[in-house]
Amino acid sequence: MSSPSMTVPNSGPRGAQPAGAVYRPSFGRRVSAWIADRFAMIVAILVLLYLFTPVAYTFVFSFNNYHKSNITWNPEGSPTLKHWKNPCGAPGVCDALVTSLQVGFIATVAATVLGTLLAFALVRYRFPGRGAGNVLVFVPMATPEIVLGASLLTIFVQGFVRVGLRLGFWTIVIAHIMFCLSFVVVTVKARLLSLDPRLEEAASDLYAGPGSTFWKVTFPLVLPGIVGAALLAFSLSFDDFIITNFVSGNVTTFPKFVYVSYLRGIPAQANVIGFSLFLFAVTLVVLGQVIGSARKPK
Amino acid sequence: MSALAHVGSASAAPTPGAADETAKRGRFLPYLLLLPGGLWLIIFFVVPLVQLFTVSLQSRFPEYPGYYYRDVNVKNYWSALTEFAPHFGRSLLFAGLATFFAFCLAYPLAYAMAFKAGRWRGLMMICVIAPFFTSFILRTIAWRQILADEGPIARIANALHLLPNGHITETWIAVVAGLTYNFLPFMVLPIYASLERADPRVIEAGGDLYANGFTTFRTVTLPMSMPGVLAGTLLTFIPAAGDYVNAELLGSDRSTKMVGNVIESQFFKVPDGYPTAAALSFTLMALILGMVFLYARKFGTEDLL
Repeated sequence: MSSPSMTVPNSGPRGAQPAGAVYRPSFGRRVSAWIADRFAMIVAILVLLYLFTPVAYTFVFSFNNYHKSNITWNPEGSPTLKHWKNPCGAPGVCDALVTSLQVGFIATVAATVLGTLLAFALVRYRFPGRGAGNVLVFVPMATPEIVLGASLLTIFVQGFVRVGLRLGFWTIVIAHIMFCLSFVVVTVKARLLSLDPRLEEAASDLYAGPGSTFWKVTFPLVLPGIVGAALLAFSLSFDDFIITNFVSGNVTTFPKFVYVSYLRGIPAQANVIGFSLFLFAVTLVVLGQVIGSARKPK
Repeated sequence: MSALAHVGSASAAPTPGAADETAKRGRFLPYLLLLPGGLWLIIFFVVPLVQLFTVSLQSRFPEYPGYYYRDVNVKNYWSALTEFAPHFGRSLLFAGLATFFAFCLAYPLAYAMAFKAGRWRGLMMICVIAPFFTSFILRTIAWRQILADEGPIARIANALHLLPNGHITETWIAVVAGLTYNFLPFMVLPIYASLERADPRVIEAGGDLYANGFTTFRTVTLPMSMPGVLAGTLLTFIPAAGDYVNAELLGSDRSTKMVGNVIESQFFKVPDGYPTAAALSFTLMALILGMVFLYARKFGTEDLL
């Protein structure tokens, strides 16, 4: 499949074909194989460009020297670096960013711990209620975000107010832990299932007790999955808008800030912050891949 | 080292079910591990859903706006569904279209990543994920400006007289485009995962057996990637059907609103809207869980997770 010539039969007796097989002329097949070979790659590159278009837009408009709103490009004095020099210049933008980072951090830690425990229980043990546990983890992921947000708002407003929990920072944290949890479980579960059981058997053959087998063999092997799950949880939490919008009350997270300020035009500082986070995350991922491939040469 | 060799010879190569052999029977430990996370999901997922369900059946006091009493008022569902049937239809239609377009764009990309990319595979994977590190609200608003009437795309389309009313934003085209864009990676990644698992030699065998490119694709490649396609379909359709941000930011006030917009505005802007919003939420959820259930029955949940 890697090269078109491999799929083109250029020799071989016609009589050897099974009866009823359709034979196409080799030239036509050559052309279609050539197109098929490159078609996927050309479309793939176009789709990737499409994916990056709004990111490029965000980047370009972070240099716009606008007066009232950052919607149309102002050629006078553009491009300018002033937004990059003062990313907190727009009122509220850095407060929202800090809130998002705090929520993301707490939700990630909590969801990762709870989710990892759940994943271990569901993969490593057979017990009555395991099927129900799997369903409980799965269904939140199949539920539309708006339903999660609506139901949480209902319970917060009608139930938890009585114990003094008001809509705000902590209700956002609670909601984020809830929807990140399932994704952590799925990620860690996948890692646990892909482990070679012989490694753990070997450890116990070498007289390691269950505790040291776990901490010296199992845990280090699962750790990449846990780290991946934590990164996934953070990015889900940081980018969430729909659920947050339902349960946040007056507290503003970064996506909510952008959404609320869009009618007046988003300040270019939001573009600066959005693009910087993009750069930061990409650097992290690239570093992770480089380290990962350096560790296990294939 | 000899112990490792011994183990290696004693047990067969790890099979997909090998993890089952290491599974233990526990009495208390698994429940202990399960307890904190399970409780969290019960308190903040199951209980709120039950509460939402009771709200969807509540009736309002006619003389006290904003107050409800416990009831089994099935009429809430009937009135919500008749009043907002167009929005429901639009949600399903737009999400279906977005899923279809996402499939058309995602399949070549996933195929190229799995079979053509070679050493660029890792880089392409990063490129698929990377845009999602920019806030999705920020990207959706960027699309609004790109597709705006004074933007390049609308100008070209207008010069060619492609747009009946001269706009892209404020129409369903923009909403579907936004949905397609936002959920595309959810389609790419599962298809890629199932294609990557496929043995390229099986596809080559299709060619060796004198099938042409298209026949090989239709009878070998596509069926092998079917679990990924279906998982991608669900992962795209579910969030797209419940979305209201794209319709809000890219659509117009009247003709493009989806059921998500109705739920949001019934909750926040309409007094006495809670039961209607709850009934709509529940209908949406039932519909989607029904789809997921059909999928799980046919293919099992493992491919989805």
